[in-house]
Amino acid sequence: MTDRTPSGTESIGGGATLFDSTLSAHAPEVSAAKATRFGTWYVAEYYLRTMRRYGDVLLADAVGSPLMYILAMGIGLGSLLTGNQTLFDGVPYLVFIAPALLVSSAVQGATSESTFPVMDGFKWHRIYQGPLVTPISPRQIAQGQMLAIVIRLLIQSSLFMVIVALFGAVHLPAGLLAIPIAALAGMAMGLPIMAYSATIREEKGQFSIIMRFIFMPLFLFSGTFYPLTNLPIFLQWIGWISPIWHGTELSRWAMYGHAVGGWQALIHLAVLLVLIAVGFVLTRRHFVSRLGGTK
Amino acid sequence: MPHITPSLTSAPTRTGGVVTARGLTKRYGDFTAVDGIDFEVAPGESFGFLGPNGAGKSTTMSMIGGVLTRTGGELNVMGLDPDREGPRVRAHLGVVPQQDNLDEEIKVRDNLYVYGRYFGLKRAYLKPKIDELLDFAQLTDKAGERVDALSGGMKRRLTIARSLVNDPQILLLDEPTTGLDPQARHILWDRLFRLKEQGTTLLVTTHFMDEAEQLCDRLIVVDHGRIMAEGSPSELIRDYSTREVLEVRFGSDANAAAAQTLKGLGERQEILADRILIYAGDGEAALAQVLARGLTPVASLVRRSSLEDVFLHLTGRSLVD
Repeated sequence: MTDRTPSGTESIGGGATLFDSTLSAHAPEVSAAKATRFGTWYVAEYYLRTMRRYGDVLLADAVGSPLMYILAMGIGLGSLLTGNQTLFDGVPYLVFIAPALLVSSAVQGATSESTFPVMDGFKWHRIYQGPLVTPISPRQIAQGQMLAIVIRLLIQSSLFMVIVALFGAVHLPAGLLAIPIAALAGMAMGLPIMAYSATIREEKGQFSIIMRFIFMPLFLFSGTFYPLTNLPIFLQWIGWISPIWHGTELSRWAMYGHAVGGWQALIHLAVLLVLIAVGFVLTRRHFVSRLGGTK
Repeated sequence: MPHITPSLTSAPTRTGGVVTARGLTKRYGDFTAVDGIDFEVAPGESFGFLGPNGAGKSTTMSMIGGVLTRTGGELNVMGLDPDREGPRVRAHLGVVPQQDNLDEEIKVRDNLYVYGRYFGLKRAYLKPKIDELLDFAQLTDKAGERVDALSGGMKRRLTIARSLVNDPQILLLDEPTTGLDPQARHILWDRLFRLKEQGTTLLVTTHFMDEAEQLCDRLIVVDHGRIMAEGSPSELIRDYSTREVLEVRFGSDANAAAAQTLKGLGERQEILADRILIYAGDGEAALAQVLARGLTPVASLVRRSSLEDVFLHLTGRSLVD
């Protein structure tokens, strides 16, 4: 131990300043009132702070891996398949897959934020026990974590959009709409998974199963690399239930004017919003019941 | 000497206590963790819950913070009902949980900052406050390190520093020094004693009798969710034990036989697996009588009675098993 000590042992000196202090916190009533109003944001602030320490990893994950797809599939495979001709929707292949990669990247980010960090909160490091004994409520703990994920997705999608713009593969400014669309698609996947994660008492590989057998098939069968209609009909249903497909259809519409009818757009949006609403309600309910609590 | 618990018939309203419980009960199905306990903690008092693991101490703490809802009885914290006003109650409290739940991967300083934000405290207040708290916890030169680089004692001190970020009037300490080495415990006790001197009300659970003796003005001895006795450490020892205790050992095989010979010696005896405790006003005199009865102990010790003896007398069991 290397505590500051005059005599080599940890002494009982020091610590006087706490009692000479002129600093005083605002009254408990103020704490309670502020936490009641802004508690969700305070929790989100904590998560954003912890995400910052993984900033480089998150950045590499958010931008690096889609960039690899862009290079490998969009440019490499794209040119191999078509020469300089267009294959789908009358646009270069890179333009065709960029919206899908944007959405998939957000969905993947939301999936990982909705699994291990939840276990960390309930069990591994009992992170939720910290705010639980402050004026913050269990409901706000859940909401704050969700809000932080939304913010992460918006940042990550914006960075991705910059790269796509550098390749000239998006129509601006209309394409910027794809940023919130990607965040919506991410939450439509993330929140139901978060609701499930909140019920897990012991992690026995469920999370890698989610990654391999839920995220990966949805990624591959959601019209990511070719239109969904290219798949035989018995595989197309995977796209219909996939937030990635609904998000991709909308972001293609925003980024290069892919033809989506008004009522189709509404259905895509409605599917995403319903998944988000169900995930939100269930996650909050599971947090409140598991963290005990009175509110 | 603070008040003794008023009778059950008194109105369940707030009296002089910062925490008042009447018939407080917590049941999980058939299991009763806390079985109708009454207590009242006065402002500035250091109040202890002494009992073995599973006595219902932590459950009581959680109910005080409104983190657990009670099954029955009345509970009042700073004039508020924790079940209905959880956030308002917790705004008055500092809580040191039994297990540290610091964020191991962020810096020592950031742990305090993040926690302060949960109370809506502003950066302008938190920055200098955190410096003071780190100084108080003797962690100033660890401010920029990650928590996982700290020793167990340092983590505990950081958890206590964290609980003080909102200047709480009431500090709940659940087994504050369990798992720490003796030196680290003494440092921690010193810090807590300073808080008490400053006027902070302390509620401490412990299964260490020395901790209860060090920290508590008054305590309740709890077992199986019930209160067995209540008073100051010295009152409890006076009421439930003798001034001195003679401990004699005869080797595990000879203990039972020796106990036969020693019958009637002292005011009371406890025959344990490895030794016999003889409760007497004068331990040396009792030892002389043991020798006079023709027994030669392998080892003998005369000591003052402690809360451990009180617990043994009340429950027939040892605090730490």
